[in-house]
Amino acid sequence: MATVTVRTLPWYAPPRVAQAMRQVRRLPMVPLFLLTFLLVIPALLAPQVAPYDPLKGSLAKRLTPPAWHDGGSIAYPLGTDKLGRDILSRMIYGARVSFAVSFVAIVVGGLIGTSLGLMSGYFGGRVDALLMRLVDISLSLPTILLALVLVAAVGPSFGTVITVLVVLLWARYARLVRGETLTIKERDFIARARVAGASHTRIMARYIFPNVINSLIVLATLQVGYVILLESALSFLGAGLPRPTPAWGLMVADGRELIVSAWWVSMFPGLAIMLTVLALNLLGDWLRDHLDPKLRNV
Amino acid sequence: MSLVVFTLARFTGNPLDVMLPMEATAEDYERVARYWGLDQPLYTQYAIFIGRALQGDFGASWKWPGRTAMGLVAERLPATLQLAGFALLVSVLIALPVGVLSAVKKGTGWDTAAKIVALLGQSLPGFWLGIVLMWIFAVHLGWFPTSGRGGLQYMILPAVTLGWFQVAAMMRLVRSSMLEVLDSEFVKLTRIKGLAEWKVVWKHCLRNAAIAPLTFFAIIAGVLMTGSVVTESVFSWPGTGLLVIDAVRARDFQVVQAVVIVFAGIFILTNLLVDILYAYLDPRIRYR
Repeated sequence: MATVTVRTLPWYAPPRVAQAMRQVRRLPMVPLFLLTFLLVIPALLAPQVAPYDPLKGSLAKRLTPPAWHDGGSIAYPLGTDKLGRDILSRMIYGARVSFAVSFVAIVVGGLIGTSLGLMSGYFGGRVDALLMRLVDISLSLPTILLALVLVAAVGPSFGTVITVLVVLLWARYARLVRGETLTIKERDFIARARVAGASHTRIMARYIFPNVINSLIVLATLQVGYVILLESALSFLGAGLPRPTPAWGLMVADGRELIVSAWWVSMFPGLAIMLTVLALNLLGDWLRDHLDPKLRNV
Repeated sequence: MSLVVFTLARFTGNPLDVMLPMEATAEDYERVARYWGLDQPLYTQYAIFIGRALQGDFGASWKWPGRTAMGLVAERLPATLQLAGFALLVSVLIALPVGVLSAVKKGTGWDTAAKIVALLGQSLPGFWLGIVLMWIFAVHLGWFPTSGRGGLQYMILPAVTLGWFQVAAMMRLVRSSMLEVLDSEFVKLTRIKGLAEWKVVWKHCLRNAAIAPLTFFAIIAGVLMTGSVVTESVFSWPGTGLLVIDAVRARDFQVVQAVVIVFAGIFILTNLLVDILYAYLDPRIRYR
């Protein structure tokens, strides 16, 4: 006779909680952690977490080295720059600047690019040909040169930087959305919506757009890092945000002549740029693998 | 391209404001405008510009009196080409072996290390890397000079700075195309033939895997040219990048136009070169 073994079931978490836990554990922890501390908290809570005013310094305290260095003081953990401004505070406000610039530039560029891409793919024909030529031109422009010319002519300001970035960014969205629209518009449900009497605008906004959101999110995430790098390079060249804005690129530029005597002035903002961009790239890769594996080669 | 540059240069500010002193009279304005042909309507200016540009004449520089824009660019270009070429060499010398190695030893420590290097490479701001390299190798160790142009030792730091970003992208490309080739039928055949493993990898595979990274070369050429602006400004390398920054600051449009057109020309030339190289490396393309 066969013996019946009775196994006691281990305790299981309710399925929904367990599922949520699994989802959470699969998140890319390192990049999220880095981003929270480098970008999100400083950007949102800059006035609360920054120990000093980023624009006011005391000349008596100028070029104080970081706390662990000889002559450093715990009052200025990462030292001060040549105007006696606290580097940590400037970096915290700098996160806010980077965040604002990349957010605005990507949202505006993304909106323009997405709507043009939708129209281009949906209507095809001459609209498509014209828009895609524009995309080709925009993608072949020498980035930094263009920005330099534009900024030198209009003068450095937040608006100019955003304009330059939008001019450089929109084309990728247009191309991506156009490609996806081309395949989606052949699907049955679009034809049915058409038969049901939906207008072109409605089809684009309600039927096609939701199908490209995933790719858009991935592209946008991958671009945040690129935008932060670009903005800091522009600021470094003096063609980005005007002084005394606490932008990371400007801070690195400030420390450039001081590299022999005061390395910390440009070292820490540079590190912040690097880690932020690194985290954003990791997050973007992860999102791409999970949301949209098609984009592997973008 | 020329239209974009011309429009940008013209519509965004009056060069006379920069050229003339504050106390200049309206008469002075008029005289100088006539001298430079700025009193003509814009379309005439553009026609003249295109006509002359086709002959390689971009007019005289405003900032550096007595020099032609093309002359200035021609004088600075060798320095930039030298730097870009050396940077390309450095990045190929690093990216190719590392990329191949990480494909052959896929999934081992080598591969992971290469991946980390690639990720770091893509996240480093070039100007900051330049400053850090300067700080470590020039200020602290004193191995290389901090800036300027001279012998080989002047070139190493700027070239590494400029080439670093390429290394990452190139490595990933070499790795993925190597993986594909290593998996193909003819590689199995070479192994069956009993060829030495190093010969299989470095001769037969690499030759086939080099196609994809080659396409990338054309893009790299563009990136190196624009990247030279940043790198040259960090290391005070007297090339076209530094020239264009100075010219932009002084609103010296003739020089800016000349630089942008020359950059575009180089870009087109490298594309052509890549196409030719293709045919050499992959005979299949010749018969298509």
